[in-house]
Amino acid sequence: MIPLNYYLLFAAFLFSVGVVGVLIRRNAIIVFMCIELMLNSVNLTFIAFSAFMGNAIGQMFVFFVMTVAAAEAAVGLAIIIALFRNKKTINIDQINLLKW
Amino acid sequence: MNLILEPIVKILIVLFINLTLVSYLVLIERKVSAYIQNRIGPNRVGPWGLLQSVADVVKLFFKEDIVPKDANKFIHSLAPVISVVVAFSTFAVIPFGNKITLYGNEYNLVIADVNVGVLVILALTSLGVYGITLSGWSSNNKYSLLGGLRSSAQMISYELSMGISLIGILLMTQSMRLTQIVAEQGGYIFGFIPNWNIFLQPIGFIIFLVSTFAETNRLPFDLPEAEEELVGGYHTEYSGMKFGLFFLAEYASMITASAFIVTLFLGGWQAPFIEYFNFSPFVISLLQLSAFAIKVLFVLLFFILIRWTIPRFRYDQLMNIGWKVMLPLSLLNLIVTAFLILINIL
Amino acid sequence: MLNLYDYIFYFFAIVILGSSFVVVFSRNIVHSAFALLFTFFGVAGFYVLLSADFLAITQLLVYVGGILVLLLFGVMLTNNIVNVEIKSGTMQTLPASLIAALIAGLLCGIFYVSNWYLVPTTPELLNNTTAVAIGYAFITTWILPFEVASVVLLVAMIGAVIIARREKAPEVE
Repeated sequence: MIPLNYYLLFAAFLFSVGVVGVLIRRNAIIVFMCIELMLNSVNLTFIAFSAFMGNAIGQMFVFFVMTVAAAEAAVGLAIIIALFRNKKTINIDQINLLKW
Repeated sequence: MNLILEPIVKILIVLFINLTLVSYLVLIERKVSAYIQNRIGPNRVGPWGLLQSVADVVKLFFKEDIVPKDANKFIHSLAPVISVVVAFSTFAVIPFGNKITLYGNEYNLVIADVNVGVLVILALTSLGVYGITLSGWSSNNKYSLLGGLRSSAQMISYELSMGISLIGILLMTQSMRLTQIVAEQGGYIFGFIPNWNIFLQPIGFIIFLVSTFAETNRLPFDLPEAEEELVGGYHTEYSGMKFGLFFLAEYASMITASAFIVTLFLGGWQAPFIEYFNFSPFVISLLQLSAFAIKVLFVLLFFILIRWTIPRFRYDQLMNIGWKVMLPLSLLNLIVTAFLILINIL
Repeated sequence: MLNLYDYIFYFFAIVILGSSFVVVFSRNIVHSAFALLFTFFGVAGFYVLLSADFLAITQLLVYVGGILVLLLFGVMLTNNIVNVEIKSGTMQTLPASLIAALIAGLLCGIFYVSNWYLVPTTPELLNNTTAVAIGYAFITTWILPFEVASVVLLVAMIGAVIIARREKAPEVE
């Protein structure tokens, strides 16, 4: 039988992989994907707790996380496309207009 | 052991029947189109051209497989596989008959009786976008890319009204299990009309039908592969058996879509008025199986007739219908259904 | 003693880990997006193992059928389409991996040390769907967050349309 801790540790690991991606990648869309990875690992934690506690509240939180993820994907991609139209790049180290 | 062996046998049988049906569906489509256009159609290979499909498959196998020089080889080969897998795997949750008793053992005539079956099918059809989009992108060809982009936009738009038009049925059945949805469609309205969802949800049925046409990329919504504008659309750069796989996927998803329509709206395996005759249980099971098969064939024939009757929509017309007609209509249908259930009419 | 459940767990774990590494480290964006597809699938598999069938399917519908398609759209619209080989580099690898290792250690430590309040039940594959329980919870106790979530979606949709829309060029007299 798989204990709760396996799921939790796995989720922690997935979260860290997402963090690495957010920090090292230059392409905005890949950063986006890595944020989705992190959200997924959080969802996994919620559902693991919900299953091992035997109630459905955790699953509802996952619903709200998914809502936010969908909203974020729509707005974020709109911003990325608008940026690409103006600057012809989506590398986040070249989008530094606010730096000075 | 039975737990593992039984699904495998069912899968093999269903896969075999599906593959055979696909090959003859192609022939039927060519024959019907020929009769509509006052031609004869394939008639050389075998009696009435019955072996034409076999000849076609053999031909496709021996064609050279050409991959464009700048294509992304890995994804280019993977895309048709995704399409085929999605098209066939959807059939796993569709009940094609009631229980059947063979040699004293009772078998459920469904591969996987999932308790969220309706959602499984919706999720799997939404995966169909990937095969088309990735093939369009990886071919490194502007026509393919346009076809791929069009298909994703089209499928996303119509998925919405498709899903909402189903909620009416879910409200009435109070279950997402497909076997239960079929079981609820037994019995009669006013004692003589079969209690099928098509009579209870006519608007939902029409929305679902139109959305299915859009989801399976069939004419009048076959914009991803509109020959006159896009050469071949997303499969312009495919040849040999990879093209064959796309072809297979298109017809297989047609079969699955018809089976889904039959399950949801046309009573599934329910054969009306069967209980007035004194058949043995085994004969009843067989009759229900054939009722399902006949209904699916009927819907498939309808698909084919529509293809050769109605011209293609323009792209903006397609989007207009999807967002400004189908979506509000499906929402209206949902609200009316919910109200009728609230006052205990349905 | 490993049973089928454990085998499935390890299978999904390997799928998720492998594909998430491809997502983060692949130099080709479309390969990343494609690997993300498998990650989402694996997580959905975990949900099924944790008897959250409805959420597993919702995961497929929302993430795979919606968000990932949007991401693919983004890739296609923001890259030079003539060239299929889309490369993108990395930066600050060392400090990033340090921070990630720190976070991973912290999380694992917390998970290991904490004594979670658990009901002594083991999750199993349920015969009944969890959709009913979730639905009742949504329209009774949690009706307000539910409505707020729908407003969030609406606002996000309008915002996305306005941001991404090309400004019409002023008409020349």
